[in-house]
Amino acid sequence: MIRIPLSALLGLTVTALFFAGAALAPWIAPYPMTQIVGDVWEPASAEHLLGTDSIGRDLLSRMIYGGRTTIWIATLATMLSFLTGSVLGLTAAVAGGWVDQALSRLVDLVMSIPTLIFALVVLSVLPTTMTTLVLVMGLLDSTRVYRLARAVAVDITVMDFVEAARLRGEGRGWIVFREILPNALSPLVAEMGLRFIFMVLFLSTLSFLGLGVQPPNADWGGIVKENKEGIVYGISAALTPAIAIAALAISVNLVADWILTRTTSLKGGRGE
Amino acid sequence: MSDPNPAIPAPEAPGDEAPLLDIRDLRIEATVHPPGERPRTQQIVKGVSARLRKGRVLGLIGESGAGKSTIGLAALAYGRGGVRISGGQVLLNGRDILRLPARGLRRVRGKEVTYVAQSAAAAFNPAIRLMDQIVESALEHGVASRAEAEARAVSLFEQLGLPDPANFGRRYPHQVSGGQLQRAMTAMALCPEPDLVVFDEPTTALDVTTQIDVLAAIKRAIRATGVGAIYITHDLAVVAQVADDIMVLRHGETVEYGPTAQIIERPRQEYTRALVSVRAIEHPENPPEGAPLLSVRGVSAAYPGVPVDVLSDVSVDLHPGRTLAVVGESGSGKSTLARAIVGLLPPREGEVLFDGRPLPPRLKQRSREDLRQLQMIYQMADTAMNPRQTVRTIIGRPLEFYFGLRGAERDKRVNELLDEIEMGRGFADRYPAELSGGQKQRVCIARALAAKPRLIICDEVTSALDPLVADGILKLLLDLQRIEDVAYLFITHDLATVRAIADSIAVMHRGKVVRYGTKTQVLTPPFDDYTDLLLSSAPEMKLGWLEEVLAHRRMESAGH
Repeated sequence: MIRIPLSALLGLTVTALFFAGAALAPWIAPYPMTQIVGDVWEPASAEHLLGTDSIGRDLLSRMIYGGRTTIWIATLATMLSFLTGSVLGLTAAVAGGWVDQALSRLVDLVMSIPTLIFALVVLSVLPTTMTTLVLVMGLLDSTRVYRLARAVAVDITVMDFVEAARLRGEGRGWIVFREILPNALSPLVAEMGLRFIFMVLFLSTLSFLGLGVQPPNADWGGIVKENKEGIVYGISAALTPAIAIAALAISVNLVADWILTRTTSLKGGRGE
Repeated sequence: MSDPNPAIPAPEAPGDEAPLLDIRDLRIEATVHPPGERPRTQQIVKGVSARLRKGRVLGLIGESGAGKSTIGLAALAYGRGGVRISGGQVLLNGRDILRLPARGLRRVRGKEVTYVAQSAAAAFNPAIRLMDQIVESALEHGVASRAEAEARAVSLFEQLGLPDPANFGRRYPHQVSGGQLQRAMTAMALCPEPDLVVFDEPTTALDVTTQIDVLAAIKRAIRATGVGAIYITHDLAVVAQVADDIMVLRHGETVEYGPTAQIIERPRQEYTRALVSVRAIEHPENPPEGAPLLSVRGVSAAYPGVPVDVLSDVSVDLHPGRTLAVVGESGSGKSTLARAIVGLLPPREGEVLFDGRPLPPRLKQRSREDLRQLQMIYQMADTAMNPRQTVRTIIGRPLEFYFGLRGAERDKRVNELLDEIEMGRGFADRYPAELSGGQKQRVCIARALAAKPRLIICDEVTSALDPLVADGILKLLLDLQRIEDVAYLFITHDLATVRAIADSIAVMHRGKVVRYGTKTQVLTPPFDDYTDLLLSSAPEMKLGWLEEVLAHRRMESAGH
C-alpha cells in the first residue's frame, strides 16, 4: 500500500541489518567477544572473516558486539536527549515568561562549554558505566534539541489555532502534545536521524580517548583505538569500524529523510 | 483576424487601429499532484482572447483560481511557479512576445510592459530607498538619464497624490504607509513610460478609506499618461470604476466580455448576474429585546509596555440572538476589543458583563462554562485550525472538552454539525489542507457551534473569501442565528457585510466608538465626518461612483 522510495528502502534495509546484528549478537557472532582465537592481526580468512585484532581476537565478533554497545548506547542517549530536549523546549515556548527565560539561559550556559570537554570532565569524575554514559551524552545533547524544539514551537504558538485552544480553556498538556508537537514533529524527526549519528560519533570519540566503553569490552570507537597502530603497517583493522559508522550514518539519514517527507505532508501522508 | 471564440465577441470590431495588446486563444497549463492520484496536467487558462487599445483599461475579474492573475502575467510572457504557457499568442505592439527569446523578453519587460503587484510591502526591497527602486527599470533600459527619470518619478508622485513629492523618494519602504507604498509601486510601473501596465489586485490589501484614494490616483495616472492597462481584481464594484472593458473569468474561461456599462447594467450571463447582485442579502433589523447578553462598560486597554491606549472608554451592548457589527479601518481597535472581551488582553479600566455578571478580566480566571458560552471565529481559517487534525477532531474536541461526549456519541454530533454547516459527512476524515477556503471557514463555524455558545465573536470572517463564497458564509451565519439563537459580535471593515447582517452597529475610529446604535440609526444621516467617510468609501456597483464620492465627501482619508 505504501510505496517506499528506493533510497529509503536501502536505508531501511541497512539500518535494520545493523540493529538486527546488535540485537542478535550472541547468536550470530562466530566467537566470544574477548576470547583470543588467533595470532595478532591475521589477515581475513575463512575462519576469521575480517581477520584478527591487535591481540588476536576475532575482529568480526568484536565488530558485532561493539556495534551492539554503540547502537544501544546511542539509541538510549538519543531518546533521552529528545525526550528532555523537546518536552522542555515546547514547554518553554508555550509557557513563555520567566520559565522560558530560566530554561533558555541555563541551556545557553551549558552550550557555552564545549561538549567534549564537559563530557571528559564529568566522565573522569564519575564511574564509567553505561548508565553514566547515556545520561551524560543524552543530557548534553538535549540542549541542542531544546533549542530546535523551542525555535520551532515559538513559531507555532502564535498561530490562531493555538489561541483557539487557549480560548477553549485547554491545559498546557493538550496544547503542547496535541496542538504543537504534531506540527513540530517533522523538523524534530529529521534532527533525530542526525543526532543519532552524532551520538555514535560522540561515543566513538569518548571511547577512542579512553573515557567511553572500557576494555575488555569495546564499541566501534574502542576498536579503532585498539587497532590504530596497525595502520602504520598497512593493516586495515582500524578502518573496519570507521566504515561501519559511515554506513550506519548514511542509512539512518536516508530513513530520516523519507520520514521527513512523509510527515511534512498535511494530508495525513495519503497520496504522493 | 477573426475571433477564435465566436460566442463571446470582443467588444471592438476587427479593422480598428492596431491594438496595443492582442491576446489570442491563450492556453496555460500546470502539473498538479492530486492526493492519491498520478500527477496530471491541468488547464488553468482555456483559450482566452482579449484586445486592448492604447490608453484603455481592461478589467479582469473572477474569484480566486479563475486564472485572472495568470492571464495578467502572461501579458508579460511570464508564467508563475510551474505554470506553462502552452498555446496561443500574446501580441504586444504587433509582435508575439511568447516567441521572444530570453534576451528579447528582458527588453520588453520593464520597458514596454510593467507590473504592479498586490502586496507592495512584499514587492519592494526593504534595504533600498524608494527612488532608486522606482527609477531602476528606466535606467536599466536606457529610457532616460537618472536626472530625467527622477524628475519623472517626482511628477508621478505628485499625480498620485503622495505627500512631499520632491523628497518622497528618499524614504525607505518601511517609512511609508501601505497605501502610499502601493502608489509608489504604481509610480515605479509608470516611470519607464511603458505602453502597458498590469495591475494585479493593487487595492485588495488596503482599507476601504485608503482604497478609494489609491483607486482615484491610479485612475488619474492612467488617464494622464495615456498608458494601456490590465486591472485585475475580484471586486466588480472596484473594477467598474476604472475599466473601459471588463472580462469576467471563471475556471480559466471567459464567461462574459464587454464594455463596463453593459457588464454592470445588463449582464448577459447567469454568473455575471450573481457577481453584480452579490451582497444583496436582505436582513430585517431585529430590535434589541430584554437585558443585554454582553455589556462592555467603559473599557480602556493598552498593550503591555505601550503607553498609548488602543481602546479608550469603549461601551457597547449586545442582546441575546442579535448581531452587533463593529466597523472601522485597520488600527481602529476593533480586533483589540475582541481580545479584551475574550480575556486575552485584560482591560486597564472598565469591565465586561456577560449575562449580567462581570467576567473575570483574565482568560485564566474564567470558568470553563464562561469560556464555552463565548466562542470565536477567526479571519484566516487556514491558521485557525491545526493542520494536523482531521475535521472530526477539530469539531469533536469542544464536544469532548465541554460536554464529555466520546466515541459514537461524539461522532454522531459531529455529523449533525457537518450537516448544519451544509457539508457532507464525508468531510469528517479530511485534513484542513484538503478543504477549500469557504469549507475551512464553515468548519471553524461548526467548531464554534459545537460548544453551544450564546455569543460568537466573528473577527473579519469573510474578508479572506471570494465574494460569492463570503455571501454563502453570511447566509449560513444568519440561518444558524435563527436556529441556535446565538448572538454575534461581528468585526469587519466591509460595510456591505454590515448592511447584510447587523442589528446594531458600532463605528470605531482610533480606539473610540464614534457612532453607536441600531442599524437604522447609524446608517441614517446626519453622519459624523468619519462615518460619512467610511460609508462613502465602500465601493458601489455603479458607474461613476468614484467621481461622485470624491466630489462630495467631507473628510479626507488619512492617506495611509
